[in-house]
Amino acid sequence: MSQRNPGISKGVDWPLVWIWTALCFIGISCIFAATYREGDNVLQGFLSLKTDYSRELLYFLLAAVAGVFILLIDSKFFTATANLSYALGLFLLLLVFPFHSRVKGTESIIRFGNAFQLQPAELCTVFVNLALAKYLSRIETDFYKPRSQLVAASIALIPAFFSILQNETGLALVYFSFFLVMFREGLSPAVLVMGFSFAALVVATLLLEKNLLALILTGIAAFVIYILRKQIKRRKGILLAIVGIWFICVGVQRFVVPFMFDHVFKAYQVKRMYDAIGKEYIPKNAEAVQEIEKKAGGKKTDNNYNVSQSKIAIGSGSIMGKGLLKGTQTRYEFVPEQSTDFIFCTIGEGFGFVGSILFLGIYLVLLYRMVTIAERQRSTFSRCFAYGVASVYFFHISVNVCMTIGLAPVIGIPLPFMSYGGTSLLTFSIMLFILIRLDADRQMVLR
Amino acid sequence: MPVFNQSRSNIIRLIFAAMFLVIAAQLFNLQVISSKYRKLAQENALFPKRIYPNRGIIFDRNNKAILNNAILYDLMVTPSQVKNIDTNYFCQIMDIDTAEFRDRIQDVKYKNGGSFRPGIFQDLLAPDLYAKLVENIWQFSGFNLQERPVRVYPYNAAAHILGYIGEVDSAIIHRYSGYQLGDYVGRTGLEQYYEKQLMGRRGIEFWIKDNKNRLVGHYENKADDTPSVAGRNLRTYIDVNLQQFAEKLMANKVGAVVAIEPKTGGIIAMVSSPDFDPNSLTGPEKKKNYAKLNLDVSAPLLNRAIKGLYQPGSAYKPIGALIGLDEGVITPASGYDCRGVYLACNHPVKCEHKDPGHARTMRIAIAHSCNSFFCNTFRLTLDNPEIHSVRRGLMKWKEYVNAFGLGHRIGIDLPSEDGGNIPDTASYDKEYNHSWNSCTMVTMGIGQDKMEVTPLQMANAMCIVANKGSFFTPHFVKSIDGHSQDDTVLDKFSVKHEVLTHIPDDVYEDVISGMQDVTEIGTASAVRIPGINMCAKTGTAENYLTVDHRRTKLRNNAIFVCFAPRENPKIAIAVVVQNAGFGAVWAAPIGSLLVEKYLNDSLRPESQKKAEEVANADLVPKYLVRVQFLQDSTNAARHAIRTHDSSSLMKYIIPSSRAALLDTFKKVTILPRLSGPSIKQNMLKPKDTAKVIKPDSTR
Repeated sequence: MSQRNPGISKGVDWPLVWIWTALCFIGISCIFAATYREGDNVLQGFLSLKTDYSRELLYFLLAAVAGVFILLIDSKFFTATANLSYALGLFLLLLVFPFHSRVKGTESIIRFGNAFQLQPAELCTVFVNLALAKYLSRIETDFYKPRSQLVAASIALIPAFFSILQNETGLALVYFSFFLVMFREGLSPAVLVMGFSFAALVVATLLLEKNLLALILTGIAAFVIYILRKQIKRRKGILLAIVGIWFICVGVQRFVVPFMFDHVFKAYQVKRMYDAIGKEYIPKNAEAVQEIEKKAGGKKTDNNYNVSQSKIAIGSGSIMGKGLLKGTQTRYEFVPEQSTDFIFCTIGEGFGFVGSILFLGIYLVLLYRMVTIAERQRSTFSRCFAYGVASVYFFHISVNVCMTIGLAPVIGIPLPFMSYGGTSLLTFSIMLFILIRLDADRQMVLR
Repeated sequence: MPVFNQSRSNIIRLIFAAMFLVIAAQLFNLQVISSKYRKLAQENALFPKRIYPNRGIIFDRNNKAILNNAILYDLMVTPSQVKNIDTNYFCQIMDIDTAEFRDRIQDVKYKNGGSFRPGIFQDLLAPDLYAKLVENIWQFSGFNLQERPVRVYPYNAAAHILGYIGEVDSAIIHRYSGYQLGDYVGRTGLEQYYEKQLMGRRGIEFWIKDNKNRLVGHYENKADDTPSVAGRNLRTYIDVNLQQFAEKLMANKVGAVVAIEPKTGGIIAMVSSPDFDPNSLTGPEKKKNYAKLNLDVSAPLLNRAIKGLYQPGSAYKPIGALIGLDEGVITPASGYDCRGVYLACNHPVKCEHKDPGHARTMRIAIAHSCNSFFCNTFRLTLDNPEIHSVRRGLMKWKEYVNAFGLGHRIGIDLPSEDGGNIPDTASYDKEYNHSWNSCTMVTMGIGQDKMEVTPLQMANAMCIVANKGSFFTPHFVKSIDGHSQDDTVLDKFSVKHEVLTHIPDDVYEDVISGMQDVTEIGTASAVRIPGINMCAKTGTAENYLTVDHRRTKLRNNAIFVCFAPRENPKIAIAVVVQNAGFGAVWAAPIGSLLVEKYLNDSLRPESQKKAEEVANADLVPKYLVRVQFLQDSTNAARHAIRTHDSSSLMKYIIPSSRAALLDTFKKVTILPRLSGPSIKQNMLKPKDTAKVIKPDSTR
């Protein structure tokens, strides 16, 4: 994509392209650092397509080609085919059920030959993003109506449902990030607050003893009543609301969470949640034990171990880090899933606190840039799409990094442009280039 | 278009920023505040490999290495790499079957907690097996040979002197810094005494290991590594040929030999018998061998030369004469009209000689070892009219004897030397309730009663006589390679102790003449060496032991002390053979043969014949067989009570197997092995034994 070709480069937001290129190269270097062994022929390694880093380089080139193609497409094409692509996404997701191959306990991957594979649940985020933007940008959509909100939520969550069926809870959670887009488009903040509170309550339930948590909740309720005592004198309804919320909270921690752990989540998922917060999960019955063992049999590693090794690797980086290829933990396979889910360890160990903050800074700049771009769009479609991309990126980045530093359960979500994997690199790149393409036509109103 | 929602973009930005702040805070916590992760990472990935330096070599006086290092090889296996090998051929070389092969591989896997780390398949390979393997090792992937330094004793001699090394125990780790579990440290002998000099300095190499514990390379290009420094060699006074010869002479006997160079205090040979093969405590069987030796009631691990307490008997007499002469209670012309018994005290003390005139002068009394003369001299010393008190007399006498190096630790360069015992007034006050006189301990004048000394002390006393009053602390090590100013360990051995030089030389000459007469006309005239003026004294001490609640008379302890040649003493020797009989018959030939061998460097044909005769004589006390039987049966009974398994006890009860058992005990030429706490105590602590064994007379 030459800058001199006015056909493509007109209106292209170059900072995004540069950030994309930089992240991809950092990613390839990190995969190289994680998998390179002393004595390997570097050039041969990069050309052979047998090493992870050489394949990642190939995916990068493929993504660049795809990017050029996307830039050559008319932006109206995306609005026109948004619904069609959503249908295609769902079709791919359904195609998994007869054609999947089991890899690491998931059932969401279609294989082509030996080396290449496709994970539709990942790719589908692009199509959902397009479809959601399309729906929200319709003139007839009034997003303040609950019915519209329900439709929008369904567009986002139907693929999530299929993902759960494919044993990919992590990827299913990604679709919840589209609620940020809906929030921007007028969804009541209460939905976000409630969602967040619910998550916080679940974590608190795991961390704290049952009765203590109930006591704390009661204390908070009493405190709020004390603060609002004057308003309550005027309107009794507030008191009722507070008591109601308190009642719901206690109900959730007392009954809903245990119910969810026993009946909704699988035993291994519950175990991962416990692992993430550093508690030991004691399975309730023999079936649960079997299930955990079955799940572990495929992976042969314990997530608790993964997380502690990952924390050791990152923690040992100290302030300045050990330098690329100098990290003892990441180089000698102490951290499992090193080039995929736990790629951030390479940065953490190699470049320390300073390097990690700078690296995360690049992501923050990328996200802020995307919000800025979103806000400068004339068409709702482009804005929604831009927010969608930002939300999906944000979810991936925060969950993946939190998972490596022990703040979130290990749910197998890749780090954009960093984690090894063709589907994820292509998905993220395609999203970004569609955004760039739409942004190039920011003065147009797309429907 | 809901434009009024634009403010929400800021909220979204805020959410992004908040999340990054949370992540940054946790990163700060992990990477900056918490230091444990760095340590954990090092534990994960760093393997400090200790590089052991060669221990110092010990040389004898002719620069022959008597304690050396050798490289043996261990056959290592990395189970995960064992692929496509000809197992049958391999087993044929190793002389094992395939089941054993599988067992050993499993064993390595189990010990290493996996199959990725190399473990020992077979340690300390025999040389011929090593040769076979080294040719074929390329065919066996996963197997490799690894060097392993071990201590070897090329002359198979001087086990007690040289000592052995063993793994450190928690007490040593606690007391001395710088040792870790798995390190080897000198446990006895010179190996222990000169540990600091011999061990050298260990080095450390930092290696990086991966998640399967495989070592993958050096850490930081060896920047933090420290090289190892080899231990320093010891040059000793030991003459290994003489040492071997002495060990040969002492075979199948219980006792000790010490030979010292009077001019330097350097120890030429030191034997404690029974001894053991020092190489048996280095190889793969060392634990088993050590247990065997440790349970043996004849205590082969005990160094009797420095820890065995014996009554010197008549060997004390030259010292008694010197004390009497110096105190002025006798003169060289003094005599005693002995008729075969000393009757001046309540209980008679027998003398071997009845003919009148065998003690007409001091010189002749020494030559014939007249008990009456020396009892008399002892009493004269104690009841010295110039002192006026037998109490002061005894203390004065004790002062003299202590000055001769008896009754206290000399300070030899071996650990755990015993001091012996020269009684003072307090011990007699206690035993006789303050009412005693010179008659009470009259047999001390002939080296008995409560007097107990070690063979080393006897030899050292001979050095003092030979040097006419002075001595150097007996020691083995002449010099340490790489000697520097900071080394003070050998300083105390270069100090000349002039303890008894106030006694005039002519007094010494009188006594020495008497000692020369011992080999010319006296008790040891049979072992005279033509051309060498040897000054000597024999001793024979009766002793008793309570076995089966009965006080039993045992055969006499044979003792012999000497130095030679008279004009220029080059060697002083003390020989003790337990329960052998006459000192002149069993101990004197050993001493004489050693002198001849050392001074002439070769033996006359008749001496060679004599040497064979002595070496082949089996003088192991027979009471040990009975004692062993008692201990073994007691242990078997205890075992039966504890475990309700009486199978081992039955052997001691059924008469037929009883007889067979006793018979086998007798057939064992090297002392029978006994296990049992009480008899072991008796044998390992000669002090206790001394309470049981009481001498009655001496000659």
